Amino acid sequence: MLASLKKKETYENYWKSLKFSLYCMTHPMDGYWDLTHEKRGSIAAANTILFLTVLARLLKLQYTSFIFCRVYWEDVNIFLEIATVLFPLALWCVGNWALTTLFEGKGRMSQIYMATCYALVPYPLIQFPLIIFSNVVTVDEAEFYSIVSAASLVIAVLLILAAMMQIHEYKMGKTIFFALATLFAMLVEVFILLLFFSMIGQGISYFISMGREIIFRVQ
Amino acid sequence: MRKTMKRLSVFLACIVIGLSSSMVANAETGYTYNFDFWGDVQYSPDAYAVSDVLTAVDMGLTDRLSNPSSLFVLDNRVWLCDTNNNRIIELERDEEGKFHQNRVITEIKGNVDVKTFSGPTDIAVSEDGYMFICDKNNNRVVKVDEDLNYVLSFVKPTDTNFDQEASFLPDKLCIDTAGRVFCIATNVNKGVIKYEPDGAFAGFVGATEVTYDFMDWLWKKLSTKEQRAQMEAFVPTEYENVYMDYEGFIYACTSKISPNDLDAGKADAIRRLNMMGSNILIKNGNWYPLGDIHWDEGGGYEGPSQIIDITAMDNDVYFALDKNRGRVFAYDDQGNLVYAFGGPGNQDGYFRKPVSIEHMGHDLLVLDSLDNSITVFRPTEFGELVFRAIEQFQDGKYAESGDTWQEVIRLNGNYDLAYIGVGRALLRQERYGEAMEYFELKYDEDNYSKAYKQYRKEWVEDNIVMVLIVLFAVIIVPMSIGKIKKIKHEIDTDEFFKTE
Repeated sequence: MLASLKKKETYENYWKSLKFSLYCMTHPMDGYWDLTHEKRGSIAAANTILFLTVLARLLKLQYTSFIFCRVYWEDVNIFLEIATVLFPLALWCVGNWALTTLFEGKGRMSQIYMATCYALVPYPLIQFPLIIFSNVVTVDEAEFYSIVSAASLVIAVLLILAAMMQIHEYKMGKTIFFALATLFAMLVEVFILLLFFSMIGQGISYFISMGREIIFRVQ
Repeated sequence: MRKTMKRLSVFLACIVIGLSSSMVANAETGYTYNFDFWGDVQYSPDAYAVSDVLTAVDMGLTDRLSNPSSLFVLDNRVWLCDTNNNRIIELERDEEGKFHQNRVITEIKGNVDVKTFSGPTDIAVSEDGYMFICDKNNNRVVKVDEDLNYVLSFVKPTDTNFDQEASFLPDKLCIDTAGRVFCIATNVNKGVIKYEPDGAFAGFVGATEVTYDFMDWLWKKLSTKEQRAQMEAFVPTEYENVYMDYEGFIYACTSKISPNDLDAGKADAIRRLNMMGSNILIKNGNWYPLGDIHWDEGGGYEGPSQIIDITAMDNDVYFALDKNRGRVFAYDDQGNLVYAFGGPGNQDGYFRKPVSIEHMGHDLLVLDSLDNSITVFRPTEFGELVFRAIEQFQDGKYAESGDTWQEVIRLNGNYDLAYIGVGRALLRQERYGEAMEYFELKYDEDNYSKAYKQYRKEWVEDNIVMVLIVLFAVIIVPMSIGKIKKIKHEIDTDEFFKTE
């Protein structure tokens, strides 16, 4: 049975690819090149990292000391909290692929997704210890927390840039330009989604009112 | 059968009525309220209840009051300025808590030309019985002794600092123990006018800071001279009222501040002035002491609270009267809202145009100039408990204060101050772990950190041996194992020990 498994389906490969995310964090240029070109990354590991990121975000709400994070629980919607990570990520992947595929980007959609997820590693890696750390500090020491917390985001953003650069085989300037363009594309996507849902809503209400009219006439 | 039907229907009707009335009781309305950490309104048991409403008849008068504008309380006596009737009414409270008229003051005696009042707007009485009366339309503040003999008058300053063109219309005043007069006059925006006891003008105290931002400045720069003249000038705002507290600091309030400045904390509706005229009011609460924090429009009311008068008790709790929505706001010495109550209306305990608030012991007197009545409030059990807890803490009886706050929590579980009060009492008793729990419940990060710092210190002191052992286990042991292995390896591979 084991023998019939392909290489990428084994646990061994999964662990190896997951560990490789740490290498990517410390050696971004080298790491993200190997990620796709040497096939050292896996979608499974990317999914795991994404899951940990979402989990860090949720656990942060409950377990961070109230000094740093005060939650108005009446208004918390866990699905919305999850969506704050997943929705921008989906928009980013689609927008980035749609743009770069027109401008000689070498990355496929799945590779963009994988590389972006690999770049999220600093977030869970820093936020989980920070949750514990937040519970042993006072207000006077709050600066440490905020700086480290901000650092986790800054590193993630830099890693995403490095990842895009290697995946698409772009130069630095082109990467930054397309990152900004992708942000704009995300806005366009949001606009199209809004348009789409409001059109669907209008369409449905058209048929509902027509049905009502028919029932009214028949009677 | 018919009888049972009848009974059944009566029974059902009772249930319906019972349900509907309980639904009314559950509705989110109340007379007394607080703001919690999130700024949500949390209704509270009443802290004050109306014990009496005094009208002209109760004051022993045969005619109505007309636009009364100010109250003054000293010990058990009350003075009321009946402005449009040009008289001052002195009331006295007997031991049973009833108010009786002492006398009606319409004119003064002694060596002075004008012996009557013209629109008296405020009065202050010193401990030794001298009365200081703002005789607004006679352009003077007049000082008389207990028997109404003229002593002195404080008139328009001849100083060049004072605008000599404008007429001097003293509006409100307060006095200190030395007999200095602090007076605010209509159309004077340079602060509180200060007089020495002998009647000499001694300058202005505590003008509000002028605030303007970059956009204001830019707008002014770009506009023409004519436009500038029409624009609102950057001048200090006038005060509405002043109150001298028991420590000799002046509480001053103003309602002429833009809502934006209020919201941003750039301007203060309530100020506590020291002798230098700087504001020393402590604003450590979750919200600035400015009255209501939600300025919902509706029912003809809009905008921020307009604080028209202040009174401060000896336990440093001060009460601000809002003429906009007819409410009374109580703040403690740290600037936390203790509670707020009242509202616009004709019922007892609601106001139409409140103008003046004073306290007599723990009781409150509020003057309504449209209703021509004084409403006397007496603290309820809840109100007294809150005062007792605050006073015990100030007296250093921390354990007792904590117990009293616990009783307050029993009466009102939504009361943030009570939890923080219990926490502060525990903190003083060095019960840090318990204190932290109370502070965390109500998101008091500063006090929590104070308690946690001590808790952490104690924990480390108690567990220093454990900490060292763990450190040893984590750092020293692996290091020494590596060292030993290295030595062993060297021995094993050394030529000297080779046995062949």
